[in-house]
Amino acid sequence: MNDFTRTASRHAVEAERDGNMGSDRAARGRWAKRPPGTEILYALSGVEKEYDDRSVLRVDRLEIRQGEIFSLVGPSGAGKSTLLRLLNFLEPPNRGTLAFRGRTFAPGDTMPVSLRRRVTTVFQRPILLQRTVWDNVAYGLRLRGRRRRQERIEDALEQVGLTHLARQDARTLSGGEAQRVALARAMVLEPDVLLLDEPTANLDPYNVGLIEEIVRNLNEQAGTTLVLVTHNVFQAKRLADRVALLLEGEVIEVADVERFFRAPEDERTVAFVQGDMVY
Amino acid sequence: MDELFNGTVQAVRLIFERDPALLEIVFLSLRVSGIALFFSTLIGIPIGAFLGLTRFAGRPLVIAFLYTGMGFPPVVIGLFVYLFLSRNGPLGGLDSTLIPELFTPAAMIVAQSIISFPLVAGFTMAAVMGVDPQLRQQVLSLGATRWQAAVTILAEARIGVLVSIIAGFGSIISEVGAVMLVGGNIESKTRVLTTAIVLETRKGNFDLAIALGVILLAISFLVNVMMLYLQGRTFHE
Repeated sequence: MNDFTRTASRHAVEAERDGNMGSDRAARGRWAKRPPGTEILYALSGVEKEYDDRSVLRVDRLEIRQGEIFSLVGPSGAGKSTLLRLLNFLEPPNRGTLAFRGRTFAPGDTMPVSLRRRVTTVFQRPILLQRTVWDNVAYGLRLRGRRRRQERIEDALEQVGLTHLARQDARTLSGGEAQRVALARAMVLEPDVLLLDEPTANLDPYNVGLIEEIVRNLNEQAGTTLVLVTHNVFQAKRLADRVALLLEGEVIEVADVERFFRAPEDERTVAFVQGDMVY
Repeated sequence: MDELFNGTVQAVRLIFERDPALLEIVFLSLRVSGIALFFSTLIGIPIGAFLGLTRFAGRPLVIAFLYTGMGFPPVVIGLFVYLFLSRNGPLGGLDSTLIPELFTPAAMIVAQSIISFPLVAGFTMAAVMGVDPQLRQQVLSLGATRWQAAVTILAEARIGVLVSIIAGFGSIISEVGAVMLVGGNIESKTRVLTTAIVLETRKGNFDLAIALGVILLAISFLVNVMMLYLQGRTFHE
């Protein structure tokens, strides 16, 4: 068992245990990492998103800071994935503004590709190309016309523990392996922001542990800002610096992870954290 | 049955003897259908991809026209091309060097391009629509431009796109009505395999007609095998 697998196995066990009883990031000493910066990366103001005249997202104000792990929690249909699409500039809002590093994204705007390429998403159900694992990881670099990509791809595959599957057809992978390829193809791009849309939903505890370990390292070592969408409060508790609860398209509460879980202000957050919320 | 047997034997004999008249007909058939397929692919694949990837007002109407084109009788297309290219027609009357004359291989290429284009575009559209719609969003999130995303989706739909080209080729290599109308079946000029088969049948040379038919079938089979080989995995899946 190599170091990578051993660490992953430990976190797999933790992930499984936390699924039952929860854990506290501060209590386990993870605050030892450098604190997230205070620079505002995203600033949303009066953002609304509609589909077919149906309002799915209404965010009065929300800020995401450089270098933090920001978790969006909430039940299915709360608007979490919609918010991620806006943060990835895949869709403009219907109303309001979304500022990223001083550039504003307003209704009808198309963000320049150069700016869009600083953010990437890992989706809940990754769709890999009908190519080898290596080619899938190389895809984003090819789009950017990057040369000398071999070393970066090797590094990314090593980080997700899939070096031995590099030449394998990506369609033959298991769900956990496919998700790790999706993570590698995003990480290899070295984005400023990595958006994670329920990246471990439906995965076994082993793969949950692996993926959590990888993204945590990415945040701590590369300083990548992470926005994690999850309906698993334990995962948010394990990974996040700050947490926001989204309900029916609205941000109910945003707080540091400790305060969010120990002393939430809104009664709906209390209900959600305690698992009393029926959805 | 004797005619069928004799025809097959004669087909083999003609091929091995490399009959010059036969080779001329075969090469003209391949040239006309090959060039027509090139043009219909050049236009059909981008249009099919566009229709498969975008949503706009009037798209259902465009698709309805495309589907109608896929089932349009080739002889009717031949008739329209004939009327347009004839001296009194709207294009033939222009007397431009860019407009092909009737009873030339160029006129046959125009007719065959129009016949195969809706098949190439229609099947390409269906293949593109068969790709998981989430893929586009995922490649955009990896930094693809809209153009790069379209090319990626087309590459993912490559098996279906190749089927569209095979269908387009099949529709024109075996087509007779349109090429007869606009080409005129002129010996050493516009005579292709299908029109030669019609001629030999009318003359009562059933052996030769069957021989030409066998050769046509063999060419069609070989071209399809070649395309399926290019398609790669289909043979192994």
